Amino acid sequence: MTWFIDHLDLVWTRTLQHAYLAGLPLVIGLLLALPLGWLARRYRPLFVPLIAGFGLLYTIPSLALFVLMPAIIGTQIISPTNVIVGLTLYTLALLVRTVADGLGAVPESVKQSATAMGYTPVKRFFAVDLPLAVPVISAGLRVAAVSNVSIASVATIIGIPQLGLFFSDGFSRDFYDPLIVGIVGCVVLALVFDGVILLLTRAFTPWVRATGSRA
Amino acid sequence: MIPNILGWLFDPAHWSGSDGIASRIVEHLWYSALAMVLACLIAIPAGLAIGHTGRGRFLAVNLAGAARAIPSLGLLYLMVLWLFPKLAGDSAFLVPAIIVLVVLAIPPIMAGAYSGVEGVDPGARDAAKGMGMTGMQVLRQVEVPCALPLIFSGVRSAILQVIATATLAAVAGTGGLGRFIIDGQKVHEFAQMASGAILVAVLALVIDLLMSLVQRSVVSPGLGAGPATSGRAGRRSRTAPSGNTPVDVEIDSSGRTVDAPAR
Amino acid sequence: MKLSRITLTIATAAALMATAACGNSGGDPLASTSSSSSGSAAAGGITVGSADFPESALLAEIYAGALEAKGVKVTKKLNIGAREAYIPALQDGSIDLIPEYTGVLRDYFKKGQTGTDADAVYTELKSSVPAALTVLDKSAAEDKDALVMKKSRADELGVKSIADLKGKSQDLTVGGPPEWKTRDTGIPGFKKIYGLEFKQFRPLDAGGPLTLQALKNGQIDAGDLFTTDPSIAENDLVALEDPKNMYAAQNVVPLITKSKSNPTVEGALNAVSAKLDTTTLAALLKEVVSDKKDPDAVAKEFLSKNGLG
Repeated sequence: MTWFIDHLDLVWTRTLQHAYLAGLPLVIGLLLALPLGWLARRYRPLFVPLIAGFGLLYTIPSLALFVLMPAIIGTQIISPTNVIVGLTLYTLALLVRTVADGLGAVPESVKQSATAMGYTPVKRFFAVDLPLAVPVISAGLRVAAVSNVSIASVATIIGIPQLGLFFSDGFSRDFYDPLIVGIVGCVVLALVFDGVILLLTRAFTPWVRATGSRA
Repeated sequence: MIPNILGWLFDPAHWSGSDGIASRIVEHLWYSALAMVLACLIAIPAGLAIGHTGRGRFLAVNLAGAARAIPSLGLLYLMVLWLFPKLAGDSAFLVPAIIVLVVLAIPPIMAGAYSGVEGVDPGARDAAKGMGMTGMQVLRQVEVPCALPLIFSGVRSAILQVIATATLAAVAGTGGLGRFIIDGQKVHEFAQMASGAILVAVLALVIDLLMSLVQRSVVSPGLGAGPATSGRAGRRSRTAPSGNTPVDVEIDSSGRTVDAPAR
Repeated sequence: MKLSRITLTIATAAALMATAACGNSGGDPLASTSSSSSGSAAAGGITVGSADFPESALLAEIYAGALEAKGVKVTKKLNIGAREAYIPALQDGSIDLIPEYTGVLRDYFKKGQTGTDADAVYTELKSSVPAALTVLDKSAAEDKDALVMKKSRADELGVKSIADLKGKSQDLTVGGPPEWKTRDTGIPGFKKIYGLEFKQFRPLDAGGPLTLQALKNGQIDAGDLFTTDPSIAENDLVALEDPKNMYAAQNVVPLITKSKSNPTVEGALNAVSAKLDTTTLAALLKEVVSDKKDPDAVAKEFLSKNGLG
């Protein structure tokens, strides 16, 4: 405990670094997953290749992905970009399917009503389909957030500072304090991400509270 | 780079022997199976109990949420430091990794089980009770069969993560496909490393396919391919065309038991 | 309604960005700049890296402190997990300087060289370093691989040196870094140089916590630790002698990008190397590993005691 108090600054810095590494891919991943999920939903033949293709990314071990990334995308080896890109891929692996599912769950009658009210397809997508898909997308996003926080800690192997450094530090000195601080830090950060997503989901789905129904 | 990887992967010399690809695959499957069996033994009864009684849900959901957030690598180191003095012989290398995998697998399996039971049509449950079934009979003969699609979805999601994460066992000094990733890195043989990664992905895909076949033969055809009652979204609707498209890398749909790898 | 929803979408994206980037207020959150300097390693500045084990971090802190004392602008990027990451990082300019060890670095750049004593290894290293990089003076401080056993076990077997394992090794499990499987510093070397075959090889880490734990708790009979490691003495372990010099010398040496090296930098780092010997390094490392002090604090202590910082 005294170690924790003595190192508050470092813990805070690394938590912010970790939040950045895990959070940015979440945002990029979501922004990319929206059109991809829409494509998968809109064009039937694309559904299987898109969903299965991105799903496969999910099974690539992060240990290997981070180290091999520079050879694939030509970045500098200890550049945070490797982690950002890697985690974006994992985020996509989860979210493309979720977005496609979420959009697919919008009742046909609702879509038809919107069209009848004069919505153009683009407007309908943003004003009707997407908002109605928010609860489902949000559920996927929460899982991706937790996953990103955990995987980001592997970035130590390529020298990107984040909470995972406390793991190797504690391990190599047979010292529980940093190790536990690192783990707890990750769990807390994941819960904060989760909370933020929940709050945003609520802001986006006022009808859930207004009508008392959950859809 | 790609010819190198293929060259490494299809070199017959790399397939044989106790440190060859074939035995590493067997090891990898063994670790994964061990972890999955343990996780299922814990998570399925717990999930069914929660779903059936409706009690303990809040606690379970939050515990599972926290468990998901535990970084696997950190937990592995912690387990090594803590367990090595307590374990004799080779088990010391294996047990820490298995614990990490079990912790990883429990949340999705449990979520699948309880949301599956919760999602059972109340009409079916009432009908069963009306026929004079006891609580246990309702659970066994109605709720579990009806919940099977979601239970499967949770289990498959867990298997994917476990297979991908079982590479960590190599970090703790055992075998499995992770060996190629770690060893490849240490001797600067990127073809070996990439091959390891590819083998893990292919193995996960193959196992998921097998699971989808098992699911098809076990789940009552009356339940179709999985009526998605999305747990967290609380929506009862048809979502993805099915959980069973042949090349479906089950990262299951929507709010049910979507889950993530945590390596 | 329609519009406000679109606005809300954009606002959320922005909010998420902001959350993600909340650590970003002070510039790039990923550059862990040291207190006395800020910004990137601009002209004249030096970015110091280290591997992710305590001794490397400690040495990097010592280098950084010595450079700062001479007015060099220093940025630190410490704890890079793998040599396969930080050597390319030196070559692409992400870092400029890192503490290294002569023998292992020589083998990294060019395999198959045979020198074992400190000077021979250093000479071979100098000719193996890629053109863009260079090594400065080596220090007397050495931290080399050793085959380590529990003292009780070694006594029981009557073993003092690796050579004594002849006729006994077939019953022993040995642990070491994964590369020992194929390298002459490992299993093939034991066979070639000492005629030893072990019952089993367990791939662990290079003198790291896994090997230490496995040795301490008897999961392996012998394992690879480094000679400066205070854990050897603290856990009643013993490093076996290496009469046939299977392990090449491993003197601590700064590896630096040529374009970043200048007389000031060289002067500062060579002064550090002159003051470092094995006993000193082991004592400093003990403070970090056993007393759980921070590497930067221990480094500062060393520098001020020696008039370097």
